[in-house]
Amino acid sequence: MSKYSEILFRPVFKENPIALQMLGICSALAVTSKLYPTLIMCVALTVTVSLSNFFISMIRNITPSNIRIIVQMTIISSLVILVDQALKAYDYETSKTLSVFVGLIITNCIVMGRAEAFAMQNPPGVSFLDGFGNGLGYSVILIILGTIRELFGTGTILEYEIFPLVQNGGWYVPNNFFLLPPVSFILIGLIIWALRAWQKDQIEEPEFKMSQNSPEVVPNPPPTPSSKVAS
Amino acid sequence: MIENYLNIFINAIFIENLALSVFLGMCTFIAISKKIEAAIGLGIAVIVVLAITVPINNLIYNYILRDGALAWAGLSDVDLSFVGLISYIGVIAACVQILEMFLDKYVPVLYNALGIFLPLITVNCAILGASLFMVEKDLYFGESVAYGLGAGVGWALAITILAGIREKLKYSDMPEGLQGLGSTFIIVGLMSFGFMSFGGIIL
Repeated sequence: MSKYSEILFRPVFKENPIALQMLGICSALAVTSKLYPTLIMCVALTVTVSLSNFFISMIRNITPSNIRIIVQMTIISSLVILVDQALKAYDYETSKTLSVFVGLIITNCIVMGRAEAFAMQNPPGVSFLDGFGNGLGYSVILIILGTIRELFGTGTILEYEIFPLVQNGGWYVPNNFFLLPPVSFILIGLIIWALRAWQKDQIEEPEFKMSQNSPEVVPNPPPTPSSKVAS
Repeated sequence: MIENYLNIFINAIFIENLALSVFLGMCTFIAISKKIEAAIGLGIAVIVVLAITVPINNLIYNYILRDGALAWAGLSDVDLSFVGLISYIGVIAACVQILEMFLDKYVPVLYNALGIFLPLITVNCAILGASLFMVEKDLYFGESVAYGLGAGVGWALAITILAGIREKLKYSDMPEGLQGLGSTFIIVGLMSFGFMSFGGIIL
């Protein structure tokens, strides 16, 4: 049993698709200014990645490897069309807000990446769990972003007032800065920093290191080959 | 007339920059921006592919998929727009494949320069995104050529700038957790604020 929970939960913090694997960043940025569309996007992506992993894994043994990309693309885009049509039928307003980003799940690298890296080698059940876990990892980052941006940008969470606004007689002046799209980049950068302060093994080695000062002070030290650092 | 095309072109480069205003193609944008040469190569490949696929998808949308578009075949009440996504991605995958074979045969110099980037482009969301935006804006054929070209130039410009900044930054002494990915995100955020200042321009 622990093997399954490992597959399910490893992508959430240890190998987060956005913060470590650099996958599926595009949609993380544009849809997170409010929490509700963010949640819809998370559900859409999690459904797509779990089911596409499941179906691709089912036919993995009969797919010729030189046309596998086209086969995967066809399965993924059929699933995305289903999700898109369902969203248009049941929640038209949100589908307008998300505009092209539901369609862009097709080229979301999480879906393709997990199909290539996991579903092509593993049986359907486990692949489904892996897809679901990666969907969760994506959702965690998106929900954190959506919550922070909606809370500080408009003082509400899911339209429910948390900070009473000044214009309604409260004390909070909404910070429109958080509603601007570029903020999500900066917030993801900070989330990555926080995550790597906790999970030390995710830190990337720098290409160049600051050389240590020598203990005795030499006026005008001659350039040595070991000090390959520019200022 | 020419002003309208120029307007769409400039608008696609600066105001609605695919990378820095609508955040498309971010995965490759961040992964391939460590070296300026690689960034320029990928940028040129994206310009070529966008300038080809957006007009083709425009023709497909206008003459086959849109509501009532099949009137020339006598099927005036057929609406195929729900298969849009799968047709656009098919066109893109096919174009990239044909372009790769064509360059390999006739322009081997360019093929060697772009070689590894071409297959990557099929899964770059900027390409599919530009086609979807083209449908949403309801452009006609001439406009879609200008839009595809402008969107490509804008994306190439953005990735070249980012690669330049990252080449300088690799010498700097950053906190451990920010090295690499973390700092790149923050730089892109700041660049994106810079591009927002183009927002008020009306041509």
